[in-house]
Amino acid sequence: MIHDANTWFAERLSDHGIVTSYLEDHHPAAMPCLQVRRLDWANVAEEARRHQMRFVSLWAAEAGAHDEKALYAYMAFAHPEHRHVLLRTDLNQNDPALQDIGRHYVAAVRMQRSLQDMFGIRVEGLADTRQWLKHEHWPDDAHPMRRDFPATTRMQESDGEYAFIRAEGDGVYEYPVGPVHAGIIEPGHFRFHAVGEKILNMEERLGYVHKGVEKRFEGLTAAEGVRLAGRISGDSTVAHAWAFCQACENAAYLELPAYAVTLRAILCERERMANHIGDIGAICNDGGFAFMHVQMQRLREEMARMHRDIFGHRLLMDLIVPGGVACRLSSETAAVLAEDSRRMAAEVEQLRSIYADHPSIQERVIGSGTVSVEDATSVGLLGYAGRASGVYADERVEEAYPPYDKLNVRVPRGEFGDVATRVWVRFEEVAESARLICELLQALPEGAERVEFNAPEAGISGFDAIEGWRGEIAAWVRFGRNGVIDRYAVRDPSEINWLGLELAVREVPVPDFPLNNKSFNCSYSGNDL
Amino acid sequence: MTILLVNIAQILLMVLAAPMAAGIVKKMKARMQNRQGAGIFQPYRDLSKLFGKEMVLADHASWIFRAAPYIIFTSTVLAASVVPVIVVDSPFSWTADVIALAGFLAIGTFFTALAGMDIGTVFGGMGASREMTFAALAEPALLMSIFVLSVTAQSTNLSVMIHHILDAGILLKPSIAFALIAMLMVSIVENGRIPVDNPGTHLEVTMIHEAMLLEYSGRHLALIEWATQIKLVLFATLIFDLFFPWGISTAVATSALLIALGLWVFKLMLFFVLLVIMETALAKMRLFEVPQFLSTAFFLALLGMFMHYILEVGAQ
Repeated sequence: MIHDANTWFAERLSDHGIVTSYLEDHHPAAMPCLQVRRLDWANVAEEARRHQMRFVSLWAAEAGAHDEKALYAYMAFAHPEHRHVLLRTDLNQNDPALQDIGRHYVAAVRMQRSLQDMFGIRVEGLADTRQWLKHEHWPDDAHPMRRDFPATTRMQESDGEYAFIRAEGDGVYEYPVGPVHAGIIEPGHFRFHAVGEKILNMEERLGYVHKGVEKRFEGLTAAEGVRLAGRISGDSTVAHAWAFCQACENAAYLELPAYAVTLRAILCERERMANHIGDIGAICNDGGFAFMHVQMQRLREEMARMHRDIFGHRLLMDLIVPGGVACRLSSETAAVLAEDSRRMAAEVEQLRSIYADHPSIQERVIGSGTVSVEDATSVGLLGYAGRASGVYADERVEEAYPPYDKLNVRVPRGEFGDVATRVWVRFEEVAESARLICELLQALPEGAERVEFNAPEAGISGFDAIEGWRGEIAAWVRFGRNGVIDRYAVRDPSEINWLGLELAVREVPVPDFPLNNKSFNCSYSGNDL
Repeated sequence: MTILLVNIAQILLMVLAAPMAAGIVKKMKARMQNRQGAGIFQPYRDLSKLFGKEMVLADHASWIFRAAPYIIFTSTVLAASVVPVIVVDSPFSWTADVIALAGFLAIGTFFTALAGMDIGTVFGGMGASREMTFAALAEPALLMSIFVLSVTAQSTNLSVMIHHILDAGILLKPSIAFALIAMLMVSIVENGRIPVDNPGTHLEVTMIHEAMLLEYSGRHLALIEWATQIKLVLFATLIFDLFFPWGISTAVATSALLIALGLWVFKLMLFFVLLVIMETALAKMRLFEVPQFLSTAFFLALLGMFMHYILEVGAQ
């Protein structure tokens, strides 16, 4: 794929009389950041929708190092044939207001609500004005991401109640479930409206694991920041660390040695395999088929032990660092890893035949929790959730960042969008990841695993999109003075895929919810930050 | 006098061995899944742990919630006491017939559901609604399958029915086969086993039986768990009594009692092996399919009854 600067969208906008200017202090140039007028904000989103672009992310940042007074809003879009494009507009510092783009992209609504909570940016015409990440016990005037709000601020606890959507009518019940669940899982509240046992609507209430991660990034060096990035969502530590590092490296114009990117990809694919294997087992367990769960757990545990022996960490934490990787593979360990990946794929394939030949589990997964292609496209579902419903966004193919530019990644393409299809996509991805790992290990390049990372000058920002196992992670970083991070905005795929779960469980019986939830397996921590 | 002692001994046997039986089922299941699993005495440790623990009671729990565990446990033990284990004609078995037995079991179910609703949590109410929906279908199917045998034996007393089957020799009657299948299906539902309910799940929205017990802790929970364990052995024993009573002792003699005991344990193990194979091989069915499953059980029992009149009554 040829990576020219994406002038395509700027041209489309200028066709409609929307003036953009290209920002020089943003890297990489191939994924440009275009400044637009505040009044054109919603029109830009409308144009993007018209050109069938996928909504990637929306975030805000206060005051670059060179202009202390400004408050910026950013949004990013992607198109399968063109590279990502970022748009920026500046807001009135004293009364920041932004036009609503939720009319064009439903996935932006919650992000806009977060902007209201965290920055105090008023979104004009927003249909849903409830707070999102900031719960009601926070004071109304506390906007923690603003610079004049120190992280150590102690606040008065205030009262309030979240206005859930109410159900009306005869025989409609509301089931509040969570945030504390009977199992040991992350906290999140689900409000079900059901007639008998059939779900009419399910509303998510998240934010219970909000821990100020984005605020915490401010003032960290890249070397410190990557450790925090690796802990945004523990199960995708490799992907998050990679997304963070690559954003920093893009900002610093740092070209990585081939060895480093190859090893990063190997780690990322191993993480993808391990998580898919664990999840397939867990989905079967939620259907009451414990045998599959136990077998998959065994395989996942064997992978974790292999990681511990080779890389020193069961979950592969802290192996990716700015400038490269913090590990090397000897030719023996490379052979062991390739053999292990092959064996895992073969064992999974064997279990897959048991799963596929088992009417009682097939009966549960087929046709449960369907997301139509239309809905999935409208939301812009990512990763396996998208690939099960006709949305095939895969950054390994679209952005084709190294080393995937030299590989031919085969993306599974499903359309039925039910639990069975999501499981099918995961099975396919396990096999494909094993193949990619072997291919990468066979042609392991020579060279250093790490080069020195020097932070760019103040005000430089970098962006990238990495395909983690859940889907695209979009990361944007801006450096401030003294080489420390001034703002890091990251969008975990869960922030978008949570919407997919709400769509999937309509018309589904209440006891089938866990099965569906697991088939999406969105991260709470990655969403709440 | 001795028969009374034997009777008491067999009740104690059932009550005290029930946790071990649950442990054996769990162990077998673990082995079937290629796991090591906990030891077979683990349920005793769990129970003694729970008995020693402090109870957490919600402020608005009424006397129903507090009394339910004792009622559930007592009614289950009473049900267990009328089922002959190793000796027929035991004094207790003359005090109550199968209808009373079904009644004892229903009391337990009723109070579990009541307690689930009393505490006022979502899952208590949800579990109670599911349990009652299924109980309303399970009880008739249970009684109908027992009645197939009652009609043959012309009695609803278990001891009389066992004598009848023992006298009749090997039974290869189609009516009995239908009744047996129906009875097995009902036992799965009554005991909350896969594919109807999953006793090992932690997912509150999928639970049926466990959902009603989520608020219980300490000795209350211990009593209910113990009652659940007794119920499984009770149903297994009831199935042996009604369909495979051979080996059960008809007189109080040491050797006969020992043989009866050995055979009971053997039959129980066989039953558990089948249960474990089924629980490993099957996933849970969709909730909406459970009523169909139970109606099937009822109709099979009904067919058994028809079979009896069509094929067997004339032949006698």
